[in-house]
Amino acid sequence: MNLSVSLPGLSLKNPVMPASGCFGFGMEYSKFYDLEQLGAIIIKAATEEMRYGNATPRVAETTVGMLNAIGLQNPGVLNIIEKEVPPLAAYNTPIIANVAGSTIEEYELVAEKLGNTEQIAALELNISCPNVKEGGVQFGTDPDLAYEVTKRVKAQSSVPVYVKLSPNVTDIVTIAKAVAAAGADGLSMINTLTGMQINLQSRRPILANQVGGLSGPTIKPIAIRMIYQVREALDIPIIGMGGITCAEDVLEFLLAGANAVAVGTANFTNPFICPEIITALPDTLAKYGFNSLQDAIGKGHAHETTNLSRA
Amino acid sequence: MIRKDMLSIKKLETIAKDTFLIVLASNISVDDVAPGQFIHIRIGQGNAHLLRRPISIADVDQANQLLTIIFKSVGEGTTQLSKQKVGDQVDALLPCGTAYPIAGLTMHSALLIGGGIGVPPLYYLAKQLVAKGIKVTAILGFQNKEHVFYEQEFQALGDVYIATNDGSYGYQGFVTDVYQQVQPDFDCYFSCGPTAMLKSVTSTLEDKQGYISLEERMGCGVGACFACVVPSHDGGYRKICQQGPVFPAKEVALS
Repeated sequence: MNLSVSLPGLSLKNPVMPASGCFGFGMEYSKFYDLEQLGAIIIKAATEEMRYGNATPRVAETTVGMLNAIGLQNPGVLNIIEKEVPPLAAYNTPIIANVAGSTIEEYELVAEKLGNTEQIAALELNISCPNVKEGGVQFGTDPDLAYEVTKRVKAQSSVPVYVKLSPNVTDIVTIAKAVAAAGADGLSMINTLTGMQINLQSRRPILANQVGGLSGPTIKPIAIRMIYQVREALDIPIIGMGGITCAEDVLEFLLAGANAVAVGTANFTNPFICPEIITALPDTLAKYGFNSLQDAIGKGHAHETTNLSRA
Repeated sequence: MIRKDMLSIKKLETIAKDTFLIVLASNISVDDVAPGQFIHIRIGQGNAHLLRRPISIADVDQANQLLTIIFKSVGEGTTQLSKQKVGDQVDALLPCGTAYPIAGLTMHSALLIGGGIGVPPLYYLAKQLVAKGIKVTAILGFQNKEHVFYEQEFQALGDVYIATNDGSYGYQGFVTDVYQQVQPDFDCYFSCGPTAMLKSVTSTLEDKQGYISLEERMGCGVGACFACVVPSHDGGYRKICQQGPVFPAKEVALS
């Protein structure tokens, strides 16, 4: 079955890619399987300078989910370009680079550097990290700021820009429309929801940062709802994510309107999850009456059009 | 090379208060598993427990392809693991992390300092050291008498001093108190236990060559997610699951 999908800047052999932050810079998982099996790889967020991130503990398991508060730890954009990207670029798999920052200027600089890196196929603009004090989610929860940062990053980027949206908003469609109006080539949704877990014995939040981003199957219905709402309002490519653990989940995201999907937390539970989902996808699509991947996109909507993607 | 393996439980017993020993059998060779490394265990199936639990390896039986782990039931995951049955399968990533670098070290005697659930990895280390003709002295600290385990096993390999916080067994006090009293001779030390203990050990033994093994809540366990990091004295950081859990004592900054 044809699993390929074409999105701005991305010609994917299948729609499954590991989500940013859950796969490092890829090479750790190359010990488990051939990374060429993946549709694409979204690498960990880059900032201008090296960032240490938050104090530990940084992760906590929750009911059917997990919280993290890593805090955008990364070696800095130049180190990423020099040391992390080249080994990954040996694989015939598109690399999407996640761009973060505290200020619009930092976003611009990081986007310009990554966008001009030959091996980077597209950028994912991270305006939704809940775990840093400055920048991050503040750009993703205010439509005017979201518009501004998207527009300025687009002007600096020589590759397509997918804006990663935060679910920590009252109206996701307003934000989606703002970044689409600013020229976003696509959306990536959703990032984590803010949450907290308190240890009964210590009476303290488990995470040193107190608050973290909730991910895993527990947030999947929220992701599905938000993608569905955005797809109703906009005809823009969407990379869907939020709690995917199996091929059935992928189909649900496609039905909601996603054109491709990213798998995050499930990589921790099972390092082979991405290739396992890719292998299972043709049978799952066939089981529910689809002849190709493209065939399923947006089919969860009552008033479907023939092709909801811009591909 | 790190791999995912289905291990089967050959033995499961309680060896001290809330402390369990499980012997796991692999279908393939475990000869590559070295002292200090850990296995990253999935708890149950489905989506109930998304994060694996890192558990240190207490012993390896190469001939029979067996791994021994010792852990405490401190939360839902470890409690569920402690309730498995002989014959049950355990999904594990292994071997994870770095080992105590004993092959590259020249020494005649070693001091092992373990605290609580930091004691298990020192047991396989002690066996390997003794096999190389190195004299081993162990100082092991526990909360109280009920939590003491593996005293006899360590005694079979060398001198052992036990400390309990409340003095209900062995010396009263911390492992560093025992060290000050006993003042054993050694060329290199190896320590594993709570961070507070490791801080105290590394400052007490500041002039000595030593290696410490750190514990932290982990995500992926393979170096991808940056959940378990520790600042390093060179101004950077180390990933505990991948660049550790064993570090030269002076490499990382404990807080």
